Amino acid sequence: MASIELGAVLEGEEVADLYTPNKQTSWFMRVHWWRGMMLFLAAAYFIIPFYAAMQFSLQNVQGHFSLQPLTQIAQAGGFFSALWLSTQLAVGTMAVVLILMVPTVIYVHLRMPRFRRVMEVITILPIVIPPIVLIVGVDGVTPLWLKSSQWLLALIYVVLAMPYVYRSLDAGLGALDLKTLVEAARSLGSGWISIIWRVLVPNLRSALLSASVLTLALVFGEFTIASLDGWTTIPVWIYLAPTNNPRINTLVAMIALLATCLVLMLIVSFDRKSRHSRRS
Amino acid sequence: MAELITDTSTSPSGVSDELGAKKFRPGALFRSFRTGAPVLPFLAYVTLGLILPTIAIINLAFRSNAGKVTLNNIKVILCTSGGPSCQTYRAGFETSLKLALVTSIIAGVLGTLIAYAIATSKHELFKRLTAACSGVLAQFGGVNLAFMFIAALNATTGVATHWLEDVGFDPWNHGFSLYKFWGVAFVYLYFQIPLMVLIITPAFAGLKESWREAASNLGASSWRYWRHVGLPVLAPAVMGGMFLLFGSSFSAYATAEALTGGTIAITPIQIGDILQGNVLSGEANLAYALGFAMIVILLISVVGYALLRRRTSRWLR
Repeated sequence: MASIELGAVLEGEEVADLYTPNKQTSWFMRVHWWRGMMLFLAAAYFIIPFYAAMQFSLQNVQGHFSLQPLTQIAQAGGFFSALWLSTQLAVGTMAVVLILMVPTVIYVHLRMPRFRRVMEVITILPIVIPPIVLIVGVDGVTPLWLKSSQWLLALIYVVLAMPYVYRSLDAGLGALDLKTLVEAARSLGSGWISIIWRVLVPNLRSALLSASVLTLALVFGEFTIASLDGWTTIPVWIYLAPTNNPRINTLVAMIALLATCLVLMLIVSFDRKSRHSRRS
Repeated sequence: MAELITDTSTSPSGVSDELGAKKFRPGALFRSFRTGAPVLPFLAYVTLGLILPTIAIINLAFRSNAGKVTLNNIKVILCTSGGPSCQTYRAGFETSLKLALVTSIIAGVLGTLIAYAIATSKHELFKRLTAACSGVLAQFGGVNLAFMFIAALNATTGVATHWLEDVGFDPWNHGFSLYKFWGVAFVYLYFQIPLMVLIITPAFAGLKESWREAASNLGASSWRYWRHVGLPVLAPAVMGGMFLLFGSSFSAYATAEALTGGTIAITPIQIGDILQGNVLSGEANLAYALGFAMIVILLISVVGYALLRRRTSRWLR
């Protein structure tokens, strides 16, 4: 199908080239100029603040470029305990959300395809009930013993991560011939746990990876709920850290942004590679 | 967040259980319960973590601090009956709506133009690169983004502020403040525009080249092509995208809080203040009323988005 479309497009272009009067070319030039201007302004808006903030955070006292601020992060109070808390929460959230979602989504794909509509609704809910509203409700119903625990945060983050995890798994499972895989494994005498662990999980590696990485990014970036619940995770530390040097906070923020870039680019390239290998 | 719901492709898989569900026999209920049992943990988690808190918000929005059913909270935040902090919450709502409206319209228009500029490019690599960049930038936001802009554009030590000064235009001397309405809007655009590019790009793929050729063969100018073909086809997608941007801007807390230190009076920040106890006593339940009002508005924007999306998909086959 793709080749037919491509053929049609090429044909269309050729025809257009043959019959296009000169007026049309000047119009095209105008579009070209306009497009360059538009993209230039957009690039300026997106690059200048980023570059300026990088320059600001990597400066020594004299205002020259220096990597010295990197070493000062370690000395800033509370950074490592914030990092440790965020890491714990990320691991806890990932564990709970994967254990909860992987068997459920596999089962829904196999046995209850109509239930997928219900699952899709949960991908809409985080927009209707954003973190700032969710925390109000959670505050209203959580028993006291749980309120004082840091793991309440992980439990809430599971809810926030569900849509991302569901989307990844749903796409990953949709690309598999799930029924054949499961029937083959069943007829060779394997039980459900070993089907999930030894057949499906290896096949879903890229979906699981992107689900985990998105969860990781979410936990490390979430500010609203953590700060209102009184826990100093990394974003809360950036905001509240009692450093006498504002460069340090900005530097950590910029590192976090760069890490976000890196991680998302990784997912995109991983996705493309797996799609590519599947096709060939 | 937007990618999550912009693509709801379905893939055929699994076996249908229609035969078992259609005929009602004794024991069918039990069997369907057994079929459904494995998803119960998931349903239980969603109920406890999402549905129960939502019900609590709706319930407590209509209760006084003593637990009696009342419309008082709603009256206070809408300022229909006066009161000590009456104007505060209503003004917060108005600022929130204005901020969401302004940023969604500006980002909607600019995002569409940029997406068009990208879509008409002939360089495949450039297209892929910009798609990846929009995907990344749409995820920016929160504390990190706020700190980036503070470092770049604050009044005294901002690096980009100095550059602008050198060019002879210091925005701070022309009534700009990073910590006021337009400053916050300026920062929101940083993730709103890429979000719009992501949402609208598929719609440009739906604009068939043959339509333009047909229009041009019939003697239509470029303007008439856009007026009668291009824009009508794109309009639902653009509007739908704006609804989604409206929601994302209306519910943003972290960016505004970190950027302004909580000084801009928008509803999410007012909710945060109440939760942190920075309000008069006896106002605690107002947080639920504000949360409830936010849910209502966000629900409207999501429904608007979903309806327009259905219209859009007609042309995107």
